[in-house]
Amino acid sequence: MLKKRLSSPSEMVERLLAGDRRAAARMITLVEDGAEASNSLMKLVYPHSGRSVVIGITGSGGSGKSSLINHLVRKFREQEKRVGVVAVDPSSPFTGGALLGDRIRFQAHSMDDGVYIRSMGSRGYLGGLARATRDVVRIMEAMGNDVIIVETLGAGQDEVDVIHVAQTCLLVLSPGMGDDIQAMKAGIMEIADLIVLNKADLDGANFCLRSLEATIHYGLEESEDGWKPRVIPTVAAGARSEDVQGIDELVEAIEAHQSYLHESRTIEEVQAKRIEQELGLVFKDELQKVIFRGLRGTGKKRKYIQAILAGRTNPYSVVEDVLRAFLKV
Amino acid sequence: MHKEKIKVIVSKVGLDGHDRGAKVVASLLKEAGMEVVYLGMYQSPEGIIKAAIDEDADVIGVSYLSGEHLVYTPKIVEAIRSNGLDDVLLVVGGSFPPEDIPLMKEMGVDEVFRGGSLTKTIIDYITSSVREKNH
Repeated sequence: MLKKRLSSPSEMVERLLAGDRRAAARMITLVEDGAEASNSLMKLVYPHSGRSVVIGITGSGGSGKSSLINHLVRKFREQEKRVGVVAVDPSSPFTGGALLGDRIRFQAHSMDDGVYIRSMGSRGYLGGLARATRDVVRIMEAMGNDVIIVETLGAGQDEVDVIHVAQTCLLVLSPGMGDDIQAMKAGIMEIADLIVLNKADLDGANFCLRSLEATIHYGLEESEDGWKPRVIPTVAAGARSEDVQGIDELVEAIEAHQSYLHESRTIEEVQAKRIEQELGLVFKDELQKVIFRGLRGTGKKRKYIQAILAGRTNPYSVVEDVLRAFLKV
Repeated sequence: MHKEKIKVIVSKVGLDGHDRGAKVVASLLKEAGMEVVYLGMYQSPEGIIKAAIDEDADVIGVSYLSGEHLVYTPKIVEAIRSNGLDDVLLVVGGSFPPEDIPLMKEMGVDEVFRGGSLTKTIIDYITSSVREKNH
């Protein structure tokens, strides 16, 4: 690929803006790796990002996120929109390896030049996404995709980072995953703008639908200017195409949420929050990088670990000392 | 240029529905610390190449069982060449007559592993070849 002939950041961004998928692919690898060039690339990409519709999809492993995305992509392609998909799967905490299996469900789009799909390993990052996912979304925006779909790894109760990346968040559930108390808990239930009850043809789906609706009715706060989550039953995997259900309704609901964001001007708030989060993360990353770079080769890091291990100090005092020395305060 | 992780596309092609081998190899490569994009069955050569481009893959691994290896391999090689993916390693695995191995290598396959190959052999080959191609 481009590994041997690495072009300059500005050259790469120029190609990206022209929609070149190989430039996009290479840049995504660089930001994923936190490579030296990634900051200068992102500086150039940034002004060309922030104008696409970003949809987040979360829910447990096996609830049908990828299968639903497959249908959503089809619908957006019918509307002649260019679509980017970022699909995150977990990396092994032991080997760092990952089996990225979301593309299997996207086979219908494997030949479509209007669809760019990228799989990412979480690489130890918590929160349901990978560290670089937000940058990957920006790269896909600059590439000219009208809609970007971000799929989290199989998320349980608290992997809610997707709200800092996406404007419209879908939580995908399926029947048989617990009683109404599960639905009342804090965390992932609260971030949903839309709740998708997938596999709605299974036993128990009706009961599940009722409890979710009741939870929303009595529990989840309507946001100040009036969006209340809705539950949309779907069947994403069907042997025959007529078995697939609820997709049109889901697309309509996504569009309704997007219009709400724009009409109520909530979109500005959403974008501001996205930037706030981004700023915090970039700060943390860069600060950590600078400080660890300063420690590298000094043997200090090992000494700190030994001292903490021996009970002579603790991480809080060490970090305080290092920061004080670094900031000279 | 140093890459954090080796990224491998593992796929079947055509109508061959025997995916056990591909799944086993995908798991082994994952356990060796690689990022494996598993495409599954019924892929086309062009679809595999497109996935390799989007994913910035280092390796394409294709698994055969039902005797289509001499039909699809040239098509995959052609798609790799016409897309200029010269740096991507093409590895073929599965079940086929040993006398077909030199044929596939002539077509442009980088390495071939038949059933019974050792995990370590496959992993070492991929690791060292990718390193070589990147430097």
